[in-house]
Amino acid sequence: MSTPLGKFPGGLVLDGQKKRSTHDAIRKTPLSKKLILPLQQHIGEASTPIVAVGDNVLKGQRIAKAEGHVSVCLHAPSSGTITAIDEQPIPHPSGLSALCISLETDGEDRWIEHEEIADFTRLSEHDIRQKIREAGIVGLGGAGFPSFIKLNPGVHHHVETLIINGVECEPYITCDDMIMRERAEGILDGIEIMQYALRVNHCVIAIEDNKPEAISAMELALGRRHSLKDTRIVVIPTRYPTGSEKQLIQVVTGKQVPSHGLPIDIGIVCHNVGTSYAIGRAIKHGEPLISRIVTVTGTDVKHAGNFETLFGTPMHELLSFCDTHREPNEPFILGGPMMGYNLSGDHLPVTKTANCILVGVDNAAPKTEPLPCIRCGECATACPVSLLPQQLYWFSRSKDLEKTREYNLFDCIECGCCSYVCPSKIPLVHYFRFAKTETMNHELETQKADNARIRHENRLERHESEKKEKEERQRQRKLALAATKAAKEKEAAKKAAESSTDNQEN
Amino acid sequence: MPLSRLSSPFLSGTNRVTLHMLQLLLALVPAVIAIVYFFGPSVLITMTLAIVVALLAEALMLKLRHRPLKPFLTDGSAVVTAVLLAIALPPLAPWWLTVIGVIFAIVFAKHLYGGLGYNPFNPAMVAYVLLLVSFPLEMTTWLPVASLSEQPLDLVSAFNVIFNGQLANGLGFDTISGATPLDAMKTQIGLLQHPSYISEQPLFGFFAGKGWEWINIWLALGGAYLIYRRVISWHIPVAMLLGLGSISLITWLIAPETTASPLFHLLSGGTMLGAFFIATDPVTAATTIKGRIVFGAGVGLLTYIIRVWGGYPDGVAFAVLLMNMLVPLIDYYTQPRVYGGQK
Repeated sequence: MSTPLGKFPGGLVLDGQKKRSTHDAIRKTPLSKKLILPLQQHIGEASTPIVAVGDNVLKGQRIAKAEGHVSVCLHAPSSGTITAIDEQPIPHPSGLSALCISLETDGEDRWIEHEEIADFTRLSEHDIRQKIREAGIVGLGGAGFPSFIKLNPGVHHHVETLIINGVECEPYITCDDMIMRERAEGILDGIEIMQYALRVNHCVIAIEDNKPEAISAMELALGRRHSLKDTRIVVIPTRYPTGSEKQLIQVVTGKQVPSHGLPIDIGIVCHNVGTSYAIGRAIKHGEPLISRIVTVTGTDVKHAGNFETLFGTPMHELLSFCDTHREPNEPFILGGPMMGYNLSGDHLPVTKTANCILVGVDNAAPKTEPLPCIRCGECATACPVSLLPQQLYWFSRSKDLEKTREYNLFDCIECGCCSYVCPSKIPLVHYFRFAKTETMNHELETQKADNARIRHENRLERHESEKKEKEERQRQRKLALAATKAAKEKEAAKKAAESSTDNQEN
Repeated sequence: MPLSRLSSPFLSGTNRVTLHMLQLLLALVPAVIAIVYFFGPSVLITMTLAIVVALLAEALMLKLRHRPLKPFLTDGSAVVTAVLLAIALPPLAPWWLTVIGVIFAIVFAKHLYGGLGYNPFNPAMVAYVLLLVSFPLEMTTWLPVASLSEQPLDLVSAFNVIFNGQLANGLGFDTISGATPLDAMKTQIGLLQHPSYISEQPLFGFFAGKGWEWINIWLALGGAYLIYRRVISWHIPVAMLLGLGSISLITWLIAPETTASPLFHLLSGGTMLGAFFIATDPVTAATTIKGRIVFGAGVGLLTYIIRVWGGYPDGVAFAVLLMNMLVPLIDYYTQPRVYGGQK
């Protein structure tokens, strides 16, 4: 390493619990009889179904198209028949339902014809982005933002560094670790394509030092890949939340993404290793995104591990496949223990953003009522963004939304470090989420009120102008009337005069 | 383990309020032993009395305020307030002095503001100042260190003095009491004595007051332990000691014949107790990093000003309370720059 690593303030050293799920290689989840595919598995607009109930589809066949700019396509993960397009419960913290396509598999798992491209450089950058969009690829690190958008720097930006995120800083999750161990070549394929699309050579693959196997697998593959001369692996110290995009950029480059800005503003693009692998498969092998690696782990999971799982597979099948001890309706976590959310229904489908199913954790937050804040400031010390969580907590609690803004609430990345260190066990992040939602609702209402006011003002203006027009017309009419009257009078007078002259003449 | 939280994070660290308080008490143990060694066992009686009264007052207030008893009685904060006040009081403080002080601290300074976490002023210091203003005589009559006293006090006679105001042999307690080194230094400088001459007297030790210097050193070591265990951060104590040290160094260099040495100030009176155990009270101190430095330095400077130019022998309590008042202002103007924010 030539350049020194940057550091972010705060953060935590957590018990990784990674070994629970790394002793076995990635296994395939058995094909489920029924797959449920939510139309929105990404950030942005939901996709639109292009199949009808009763249609037979093949594996990899497009079943929903992207709608609007921020959207991607959706594909059938296996061959079978579409049985329903209706509202189904989806994995969501509030237990929402949304439009889903249900697919009954036929067990044959027959692929649709797909094109392998050996030399992707014969495609234009635009074509590559289009293909990635059509392949339904979104950020697989957990956020699910459509990847093609992040591969389009636009004319005003120049990309200096592509950062490939193999940090995986959350405890328990190992899907990125395992994909790096087993599919390093595929990840490098994706990097080559992304470098081409972004016109950047400089690339950094960042991996935390608690994954020595992944580091050596990636190093081995990179050593063989002569086309990736300007790509290097950076081993970074294990510290939560280094895997968060902004913090990773700070660690790797020492730079900070401007508040309310994007990494591209400072010439950086970040993609997850899993996304890179998916991009490689999509471009080189023509395979759309129809499955992902899911870590199933936790203190209550007997055979923890990583499973290549088709989207739409019900979680309970995955859980029983891993021999999980779980009371019916006992909540479990989707995602990591620091930033994931809890679900209680296990009939929900695996989606593109489902990186980990976690059943049971050590050191769970206690059930006891939180004590009052003693203003110890541990939260501020732990905050990787240098916020003052304690002050934010006061303002959130008192619903002083103005103040929470002033104290940069919207820079909070919800990493959970503050809640973790709090000696009074106050669920700080919970309050911040609440204040954020309140602020957004408030803004929406203000927007609505503003719109209504503008409408009202426009209406008044319209009335006013109509009134004026009317008056004007009336005035004109009066004038015209007066004019005709005057003309008539004149005429009459003339006539009278004429007649009088006539009379005189007579 | 089953999940209890509604939303992430679902993990929680080992940090607990009670643990903070217990560590704090643990860090005071060496200093308390030193106090017993130098001033006799009476501090133990005062401390026990203070703890009992504090817990009773706390329980009463919790009942009146319809708050659960268990979590707040076991959080340790009332005990810490009681112990800190007991250490700050004169060794043979009459029982009623302790009782008034503790009740005022818990009822008025803490619970009337909303209890744990809501009090703007350090309860122990509020009580200390109340007592100092209301009962100046009792609050400033100190025992000389045991080695200077003709008849060192044992536990029974200490008990008698505290509860009956009399020594076992019927003598009044004022026959054995005297001024503190800090007080002596100030009075005699006022009488135009040279500080180096004053510190030759038997009341003084190597650097500061006899006994006092060791108690302060033990308090500082206890404080170092707290910093090491991350119960407190270094910012406030270091800033306070630097504040006090630098102003006393400057005045000492300018006018050595009328001022005591910086070392004397650092190891006298309540300096170390204030720096590591009082000013660092999280509830009432500044919370930002920069703010803590400003807060600590302010306490240090004010301590010196009150000690040297004020009317009271020690200034730590007043300095802490005055800086407590400024905390909201300090916190507001010392917010850190947020990630990605303007420089």
